[in-house]
Amino acid sequence: MRMLRSVTIGQHIPGDSLIHRLDPRTKILSSIVLIVLLFVVKGFIGYGLVALGIALVVRASNIPLRFVLRGVRPLMVILVFTLTLHLFMTDGRIIFQIWFLKVTWEGLIRGLMMGTRLLLLIIGTSMLTLTTSPMQLTDGIETLLRPGKKIGIPAHELAMMMTIALRFIPTLLEETEKIMKAQMARGADFQSGGITQRAKSLIPLLVPLFVNAFRRADDLAIAMEARGYRGGEGRTKLRELKFQRSDMMALGFVLAFALVVGAFF
Amino acid sequence: MREPLIRFTDVNFIYAKAHGGEGLAALKDVNLDVFEGEFVAVLGHNGSGKSTLAKHVNALLTPTSGQVIVDGLDTVDQEKVWEIRQKVGMVFQNPDNQLVATTVEEDVAFGPENLGVPSLEIQSRVTSSLEAVGMLSYRLHSPHQLSGGQKQRVAIAGVISMLPKCIVLDEPTAMLDPNGRSEVMSTIHSLNREKGITVLHITHHMDEVIGADRVIVMDEGRIVLQGTPREVFSQVELLRSLHLDVPQVTDLAERLRKRGFEIPQGTLTVNEMVMLLCPSD
Repeated sequence: MRMLRSVTIGQHIPGDSLIHRLDPRTKILSSIVLIVLLFVVKGFIGYGLVALGIALVVRASNIPLRFVLRGVRPLMVILVFTLTLHLFMTDGRIIFQIWFLKVTWEGLIRGLMMGTRLLLLIIGTSMLTLTTSPMQLTDGIETLLRPGKKIGIPAHELAMMMTIALRFIPTLLEETEKIMKAQMARGADFQSGGITQRAKSLIPLLVPLFVNAFRRADDLAIAMEARGYRGGEGRTKLRELKFQRSDMMALGFVLAFALVVGAFF
Repeated sequence: MREPLIRFTDVNFIYAKAHGGEGLAALKDVNLDVFEGEFVAVLGHNGSGKSTLAKHVNALLTPTSGQVIVDGLDTVDQEKVWEIRQKVGMVFQNPDNQLVATTVEEDVAFGPENLGVPSLEIQSRVTSSLEAVGMLSYRLHSPHQLSGGQKQRVAIAGVISMLPKCIVLDEPTAMLDPNGRSEVMSTIHSLNREKGITVLHITHHMDEVIGADRVIVMDEGRIVLQGTPREVFSQVELLRSLHLDVPQVTDLAERLRKRGFEIPQGTLTVNEMVMLLCPSD
């Protein structure tokens, strides 16, 4: 039960560093460049350089290392799984062999490469979510997608949906907890039994939750309409995103870095 | 004679049934004028049509027959709907279901953003609206960190940032605890007094009606009683027959009068009662 309350949305850590102040669009685009770069680079020197670049960004963001590494923890399983899979499943020069499991030199290298790649991917992209508030992130995505409107990408609607989802996640979690307590007070049991039993016991939780969610949606739609909402057309923003010189420089630097590292390593 | 800000003329409204057949008549021959700067309270028990009345003021519903004019604009006119919604802000019952954004300031900005107000102007409106409801220090909080009364005050700020002439509050205190209720009530009263915003306050709490300029009592879609709080609450018998309570003090006055004390009808506040019972100098 307490677990529900501790869930925080996003992992944004407010701050006023160089990285925090960048336009969200700069950070989103840089993250995409990073992802592409990580799949182009082959070899440990390249990864080393990317790691160095990410380390510089982490340093400049003033975010304590433990917060950065906290993002890695939930993906540890996948990381270890990837490593082992490559370790045992690649053919090549055998280092040692236990019964039918053989560890090869090539497997070790490839496993380590994939592991590093994943690790850098996680840390690099988490810099985006750590330094950008969900609201800025949505704004950034909306403006980036805006040119896509011509080919039918509903940029504003997507952003609005994200905002509302973010707004209501805590509310719905609170409500889940309330319903759970109410049902437990009437003798419902959510903890024991096999998997089918447990799934069944969720029905009295999910039904009221969904009914309420729909009622909320209805209320919210009326409230939004009453406040003059009629889609993205002609809407202004409390804070317009501004692409500044530092953004140009940052983006230029990231691109140049990616091109050099991608081309040579 | 002054033009009223809101005028209902012979308004009927029938909720359509999903499968044809007779709908439910929620408003019957409603005639009502609300003048600029007035504080009007609408009383009625559940199903009396008071919420339906509220939704007519900013064109969320339009009359089946009759006419609603808001500041010279007919609510039936599709092209004027957005103008009307800017002039008449609406606050709803459930504080959770009307906040849109993830931070207080973004939410207050939502209305002006929809109107296409320039960024700088929005920022100053957000600040002044939050100040008016006393929530300025919470501007970066997210809605779920606030109490019910605070959320409702943010909702009110979100409405006044659109610079409306009138606010319609549809049972804004029904889901709040006593503290939240008095927070919200004093906010509404100060907006009415200090900013001259017309208020249409819909409620079933008798105590919230006492400070109003005018009270309208509804029953089964009709306006059955209208007048100052004092006039309305002197009709104790009629109110009881409509399943409405009277404020505690009025109830006490009524009982004392029946026992032969000389207490005028429609005594509303504790202070009045004290002066009547223990007249000093």
